[in-house]
Amino acid sequence: MAKTKPAPVESETAIRVRALEAILIEKGLIDPKAIDALVDTYETKVGPRNGAKVVARAWFDPAYKQRLLADATSAIKELGFSGMQGEDMVVVENTDSVHNVIVCTLCSCYPWPTLGLPPVWYKSAPYRARTVSDPRGVLKEFGTILPEDVEVRVWDTTAELRYLVLPKRPAGSEALGEEALAALVTRDSMIGVTVL
Amino acid sequence: MNGIHDLGGMHGFGPINPEPDEPVFHAEWEKRVFGLFATTSAFAGFSVDEFRHAIENLPPAEYLETSYYEHWLHSFEEMLAIRGIVTKAELDARVDQIRQGGQ
Repeated sequence: MAKTKPAPVESETAIRVRALEAILIEKGLIDPKAIDALVDTYETKVGPRNGAKVVARAWFDPAYKQRLLADATSAIKELGFSGMQGEDMVVVENTDSVHNVIVCTLCSCYPWPTLGLPPVWYKSAPYRARTVSDPRGVLKEFGTILPEDVEVRVWDTTAELRYLVLPKRPAGSEALGEEALAALVTRDSMIGVTVL
Repeated sequence: MNGIHDLGGMHGFGPINPEPDEPVFHAEWEKRVFGLFATTSAFAGFSVDEFRHAIENLPPAEYLETSYYEHWLHSFEEMLAIRGIVTKAELDARVDQIRQGGQ
């Protein structure tokens, strides 16, 4: 006899969302296909691979890096990444003496066009609370231990201005081309919680 | 304005526990809520600031106990109720209908 799988129980929240969407559709106020398209965009098209391309270009092309640090919004737009939640961008560069990390203490502000949607931990109370008071302790939780003489700078993102960390180019990557360089760049290194 | 959302420097929240290989969304309803922002703000005429203000006005315990996209849902309900587009009663009735097997 075939076993019948019990139907998954829909959470109260899931039911409420379904109810709200159904009402809005019936009133002719929204098109569910527009929601599908937005979800697809942020699941498959916009994400940290975009930011990795920006970082790789900056490592590869010194003139681009200069433009990126001087006017990040325009330089990022050159690569075709712009729009919602990335209207005003600042790129902060990690060096031998400075390490940067980004947070949004008030909410969840994050550079969508270059990093996609933020992970849950970025939006969580412990990360938002502690990054500004104990950044080294936070970095340690991500396995990042920096020498004492490296200055840690914490950038508190706002609704208007979004930051992106330009990580240090890994040693031994001198011979790599732009595409291979981009493959080395992780999301967390562009938030600044890890190094490469 | 001060409020529970102003979390910078607060103590006692424990470890961060990042999730390895985290998906963009954790449930189907999160996807729908995400897509509701651009679609709903367009016709209802609210800004990100007004939307976030509703989240910041959540009772502190509820703010901390509910997830990011639950915050969004709360704000949509507020934005739509204030404008008389979808009343709380209307939404509650539809929720009951779905619970009883309807659509």
